[in-house]
Amino acid sequence: MADTLVAHQFDDMDQQRDAASLGMWIFLATEVMFFGGLFAAYAVYRWSYPAAFAEASHQLNALLGAANTAVLLTSSLCMALAVHAAQTGSRRRLMLFLALTMILGSLFLVIKGYEWSHEIHLGLLPGATFTYVSPSPAFSATQVEMYFMLYFLMTGVHGFHMIIGLCLLMYLMVQAFRKRFTPDYFAPVEVIGLYWHFVDVVWIFLFPLLYLIGSK
Amino acid sequence: MPQHILPVSTYLLIFAALLALLLATVGAQYIELGPYNILLALTIAIFKAVLVVLYFMHVRFSSRLTWIFASAAFLWLGILLTFVMADYLMR
Repeated sequence: MADTLVAHQFDDMDQQRDAASLGMWIFLATEVMFFGGLFAAYAVYRWSYPAAFAEASHQLNALLGAANTAVLLTSSLCMALAVHAAQTGSRRRLMLFLALTMILGSLFLVIKGYEWSHEIHLGLLPGATFTYVSPSPAFSATQVEMYFMLYFLMTGVHGFHMIIGLCLLMYLMVQAFRKRFTPDYFAPVEVIGLYWHFVDVVWIFLFPLLYLIGSK
Repeated sequence: MPQHILPVSTYLLIFAALLALLLATVGAQYIELGPYNILLALTIAIFKAVLVVLYFMHVRFSSRLTWIFASAAFLWLGILLTFVMADYLMR
């Protein structure tokens, strides 16, 4: 096929496709380091202020967090099925599953935005707007503020990755509509899929660490 | 490596497993285990992440080179967390 030529530095299509995935994995390794710093900061402060973190975590709506996890896992399934559709050359199914992935990704952000606005309304946004008063002498409001600093930073950076992911999915949608993908050439679908699943993996860790501290 | 197309049923099975593990994470919070609650939650999270990486991200069927890079990412994360916490835990 004319538009699925192997670039001259590769032996064949398989090697070219492997190289594309490998490149994405190298980028994802830097992403692991990026989020890793935040997780390390979280570990240090949770170790230092266990009572404050447990109390702060109870301010969140764990049910919405769990629902959002289910939404994101389902979007990952749709993304995996979109890649499958690209591999098998089904353009209609590819576009359908890309659309479902985008709808579920957007739903995640809507739910997350609702949670944020509620928490900001409760005065839990760190800084001048932080009005939380500690109900117990066991921990200070400043320690709870530290939790919310990490909470807003980590979910914020994660949400930003979701927005980038949605833009990339939009690009895939346009390219699929223009019939740019074939069973021989779908590397963009595969590597953007890798990115989307990675963002899902980050949330898999954020959910229990932020929402589920201490038993109910 | 020639590409490996997984059947749709595999994706559905992994998805069902992920949802079951999500329910397990939420359910585990209602059991009082003290410091082991966090360990249990993290163990389940690692299981979920491994399922996503191996099947949704196709690493199980990827080249050895991809394995090395994917493992290296988490190996270095492990070094970061281990050394930081070794400091704090032993103060």
